[in-house]
Amino acid sequence: MDLPLIWAVLIAVAVMMYVLLDGFDLGIGILTGFAADEGERSMMTASIEPVWDGNETWLVLGGGGLFAAFPLAYAILIPAFYLPVFIMLAALIFRGVAFEFRHKAVRQPTKRFWNGAFFGGSLAAALSQGVILGAFIQGVEVSGRAYAGGGFDWLTPFSLLVGFAVVIGYVLLGSCWLILKTEGQLREGARKWARRSLIGVALAMAAVSLATLSIDPRVTARWGVSMSHVEFGNFALLAPIPIIGGALIALLWRDLAMKNQPALDWRPIVLAAGIFLTGYLGIAVSLFPYNVPFAKTVWETAARDNALGFMLVGAAVMLPVILGYTAYVYHLFWGKVKPGDGYHG
Amino acid sequence: MELDALLLSRLQFAFVIAFHIMFPAFTIGLAAFLAVCEGLWLKTKNEVFLKLYLHWVKIFALAFAMGVVSGVVMSYQFGSNWAVFSDKTGNVLGPLLGYEVLTAFFLEATFLGVMLFGWKRVGPRLHFLSTVIVALGTMVSAFWILSANSWMQTPQGFAIDADGRFYATDWIEVIFNPSFPSRYIHMMLAAYITTAAVVLAAGAAQVLRGRVSEPTRWQMRMAAGTLAVLMPLQIWAGHWSGEVAHHYQPAKVAAMEGWWETKEGQPTILFALPDQENQRNIAEIGIPGLGDLVVGGEKPLKGLDAFPVEDHPPVFITFWSFRIMVGAGLGLLALGFWGLWLWRSGKLATPGIFHWLAVPGGALGFVAVISGWVVAEVGRQPFTVYGALRTVDSVSPVPAGQVAFSLLAFMIVYAIIFTAGVIYMARIALRGFDDAPPAANKRAPGSPLGAVDEPAETPEDQSSNAGGAAPAGA
Repeated sequence: MDLPLIWAVLIAVAVMMYVLLDGFDLGIGILTGFAADEGERSMMTASIEPVWDGNETWLVLGGGGLFAAFPLAYAILIPAFYLPVFIMLAALIFRGVAFEFRHKAVRQPTKRFWNGAFFGGSLAAALSQGVILGAFIQGVEVSGRAYAGGGFDWLTPFSLLVGFAVVIGYVLLGSCWLILKTEGQLREGARKWARRSLIGVALAMAAVSLATLSIDPRVTARWGVSMSHVEFGNFALLAPIPIIGGALIALLWRDLAMKNQPALDWRPIVLAAGIFLTGYLGIAVSLFPYNVPFAKTVWETAARDNALGFMLVGAAVMLPVILGYTAYVYHLFWGKVKPGDGYHG
Repeated sequence: MELDALLLSRLQFAFVIAFHIMFPAFTIGLAAFLAVCEGLWLKTKNEVFLKLYLHWVKIFALAFAMGVVSGVVMSYQFGSNWAVFSDKTGNVLGPLLGYEVLTAFFLEATFLGVMLFGWKRVGPRLHFLSTVIVALGTMVSAFWILSANSWMQTPQGFAIDADGRFYATDWIEVIFNPSFPSRYIHMMLAAYITTAAVVLAAGAAQVLRGRVSEPTRWQMRMAAGTLAVLMPLQIWAGHWSGEVAHHYQPAKVAAMEGWWETKEGQPTILFALPDQENQRNIAEIGIPGLGDLVVGGEKPLKGLDAFPVEDHPPVFITFWSFRIMVGAGLGLLALGFWGLWLWRSGKLATPGIFHWLAVPGGALGFVAVISGWVVAEVGRQPFTVYGALRTVDSVSPVPAGQVAFSLLAFMIVYAIIFTAGVIYMARIALRGFDDAPPAANKRAPGSPLGAVDEPAETPEDQSSNAGGAAPAGA
């Protein structure tokens, strides 16, 4: 059994779960900056309050899982992204406590401060996650078993472009979640936000895709596409990923621009998640088998088989259980948010 | 340069872990307290316990959120500042932390949502089950993290490969390493005691403010009773933990006791200023021979002179943290018995010296937890994995400037959220139960417990919670 490969897939799935689930949380956090009033803001946070904590736990599984399954990748990547990881953590701290604190503030200035912390924390967390992703795709410098680059290698036009793409993508997810969970004026506003962010997502995905092709010759060779030449054999094999992504964008656009039937409110979030999935797969295909691009592969960084096997037993038992009760809790809180659903006291 | 990044990384880890541990310590205990309250309410139908539950669950939500956000930080600290440690020990410690996430974190985080927001969506029994699951999740989480930390104290069941990397040879031996059982019990008791001290302090403050109601009385009785029962157990558990440490980490115990020389008739030192440079104590006041009685094992008891100087832990910090922990524990023991005695004589709700002492006493649990962890972690120095991997060989190749920046920024961020969090929690705790709306008394489970029904701090607060009704920036 190829345990490193199995764990690479499991951790990729955990990170994907995080991106989708906390993605809409963070997107809604960013959108609270555009809420019409305090009531609308509270409806927005009420739509995620029961689930955000579980959603953020996928990030802990991503980080903890990377340490457990690929300790060398963890030991190289986290120092390489020291500052953006720190900024992400600080941003998540403000975002997380603001869920509670914004209800507790008595004076208006403090209330505004925690509303600002919720918005700013969500935005900074999304941006730094995107920048980390960009810095990951562009590759890190390694010497021996340690990161060998500088403290600011992560900061490039490319990583900023990916940072922007993730922010706009999370806003799309957040808008689509609001379409599902709200009614009336807020839902109309969410549809507008979704349309605008979808245009941004389409442009950003195209830009990131083209830029990624020129990052490294290995990526170019994998896709068989360069500025001057197309290798149809390779490209035909992978072409379904961008084609499906484009089709999903078109379908979502049709939903948002034309159809407005509340019965179909589940469709935008599913389509948006599908768009994310194609983008994620595209990146995975570009970089595989590197999990420290372009220096170390999943096999070179993996923990010993006895560690991977021991954990696989736990994951095989627990992941279905976790997915089961997560689904149960989502089911429990299914349906449109009503005024008063929100805060617990 | 390298030393700077090392020292800064150690300071940063000490700071973020000390900040973090307060919240798990408090929420482990509070989750159990809430489960007991809700269970008692379901069994006795006495509204007092429901009121207690609804009151403390608000504080729980705040503390849990602060624990979550500071805990996410912890899962990246190993990588960001201790990359070499991560690379070398990942094969052993990684799976333990992985199991913690899989078996505990998701459970707690997911069912917390039901606990806080599920009242009107699930029945009372299912809601109680959610509270119990969250309480169990905190215990499971502590199981794995204590196992991992105890392995760093008393490593076994491992081998080291040609590259200097650790790997497990026997997982049962790794998980149930020698110091794990005593340290797990010591920590769980510490968590329950810490929470009991806070609950007692909140009750005492309500008494002093003249806001005494039936729930106030009950929370004080339960807290004082918990302290009186658990503190003697904790002294036993602490002693057990010390015996294990003495067997496996004798240099740590020598530092805790301030023993420089190996000799017959070691003293129990009450006061001293350990002088690491000259390997002696200044101004020592002790009871000669008592150390030999308290600490078992073969005599003469080893002093630090039995170990190479380069293997000595920092003695001053270890010595004094140990005394602070013991002092705080004795204070809590006294508060527990005093409180029980006042209960018997019917004066628990009458303002007095006890109440003035119990209010600051609410901090004693945290003081004991943090100083106890300082003893454990500083006493393990100069190793990260005791006897097998040195701290100096564990640190990340990160520029000192960036570590300095992140340390300073963590201090600012944590100062802000700590201040705000403590103020908000204290405000709820001090408010007491007087102002609960009459409707709350009759409220059956399964009816909405949304904030619209709850006493809000201010009118703005109330309208914002109602959602949609509030004008912006009213």
